[in-house]
Amino acid sequence: MGPADVEAVWRIESARIVAVLTRFTGDFGLAEDAAQEAVAEALVSWPLAAPADPAGWLMTTARRRAIDAIRRRAALRDRYALLADDSAVDQEIDPDKIDDDVLALMFVSCHPVLSREARVALTLRVVGGLSSEEIARAFLVPVPTVQARITRAKKTIAAAGVPFELPAPAERRERLGGVLSVLYVIFTEGSTATSGDRLLRPDLAYEAIRLARTLAALQPDEPEVHGLLALCELTTARFPARTGPDGAPVLLEDQDRRRWDFSAIRRGLAALAKASTRGLGPYGLQAAIAAAHASAPSVEATDWDRIVVLYEALGRVAPSPVVELNRAVAVAMASGPAQALAIVDELIALDRLPGSHLVPTVRGELLARLGRRPEARAELELAARLCANQRERSVLLRKAAALG
Amino acid sequence: MPKYMLIMRGTDESNAAMMASIEEGIARTRLFIEEMMKAGVLLGAEGLDDPGKGVVVDFGGETPVVTDGPYGETKELFGGFFLLDVASKEEAVEWAKRVPAVRGSKIEVRRVPGEDEVPQDDGAFVKEGASRESIGRV
Repeated sequence: MGPADVEAVWRIESARIVAVLTRFTGDFGLAEDAAQEAVAEALVSWPLAAPADPAGWLMTTARRRAIDAIRRRAALRDRYALLADDSAVDQEIDPDKIDDDVLALMFVSCHPVLSREARVALTLRVVGGLSSEEIARAFLVPVPTVQARITRAKKTIAAAGVPFELPAPAERRERLGGVLSVLYVIFTEGSTATSGDRLLRPDLAYEAIRLARTLAALQPDEPEVHGLLALCELTTARFPARTGPDGAPVLLEDQDRRRWDFSAIRRGLAALAKASTRGLGPYGLQAAIAAAHASAPSVEATDWDRIVVLYEALGRVAPSPVVELNRAVAVAMASGPAQALAIVDELIALDRLPGSHLVPTVRGELLARLGRRPEARAELELAARLCANQRERSVLLRKAAALG
Repeated sequence: MPKYMLIMRGTDESNAAMMASIEEGIARTRLFIEEMMKAGVLLGAEGLDDPGKGVVVDFGGETPVVTDGPYGETKELFGGFFLLDVASKEEAVEWAKRVPAVRGSKIEVRRVPGEDEVPQDDGAFVKEGASRESIGRV
């Protein structure tokens, strides 16, 4: 077995191993270290002699490493007795309990005491089973940065005494919202990279979808989980058409819709139906907007009135300047650029999105449609200066140049 | 992004063995499906009915000829599939090893290319313009 085979088993088993060991040791950091040691050993020993039961091997080895670590800590002796008892552990590795453990692991990894970067890194590593190297590559940061974030996160969890358990019913909804927002951050970085030379990072978007599917399987009665999953599926469905052969972004109006992934659209619409059972939340509303695009044969034939209504609803349940800006784009399509410009100018007057390239991008487009070419050009050039994604920047500059 | 299909291939003997303890087989398969769902990798799974109930549409001649199943010389018959959205071929293989398959059967692991792998300058694909309206609405 080669490293890729080890990684494959690790991807499937990591969350469960860390979850079970955390419950037994009561120490998330120790559990994560032990699991990492086990996979490191597997990378060395499996190529020489493949185990008959790779998943069992990882769990057993991780458990041994946890025992070793506990032996070194007198204070945790009582935990040692529990973990060293084979029958207790075998009983505990029961599917129903594992589900709650994996869920608890997600809640711990996305705990509000952690910084946003730490939540993202910890979730991908502990729940998703990615290595620090993979996370670093995905977010274009150095490996030591990711390692430091994870180390610090584990220390924070220990220092804050974060318990390894499902949140109490009273705070469950809010904490679930915290988990969803971490998955959303991972997904958005995958669907529109904030920096670098690629517009899309499909691998990262895939990780978010996979985690959202896990969450949907573990929390099937939470509409917003399905809403987020629907949003991810419907957005990813457009990926194949969003970049040209040279990697340059292709705008929605110019996309070859035959390249959209119709299986993903069907999955997205199915998830959206599950999200709609008790009225749509913020993710469900965004998914409904994505669904309106996904179901339209062209930009002209898109139900823009419906999209405007959905953005208005989204602006009420989750007010944000980005939502307002998107609403302006939809209003421009539904009722013309003049009305939309008023919305954008109000955003600027209130300085709601300082420093964002999105405001001048949209304003420039609207001015161009109104025939105010010199102003449009200046706005698009400003947008290009503010944009950190090289691919998006060159599109903006090309548009500005076309305005003469 | 590619996907992987685990194609179940049974023989008459393995199918008979499966039918002999079908209750247990169904229960184990259900657990296996749940496990893949919780791992966030399962996109679809279907099992096929008895090959004897199928028909074959043969394009060997001028016009298609329909005959009753089963299917000529093939020994291992397609009996069902799992469609997985996994990170690597190795992971697909690891899941395949975990399928509660009966002894004597086989699982073929096949890569399903993603939409993004279709070449953008593919002339044949572009000429399909007429189908745009119909597939634009899902």
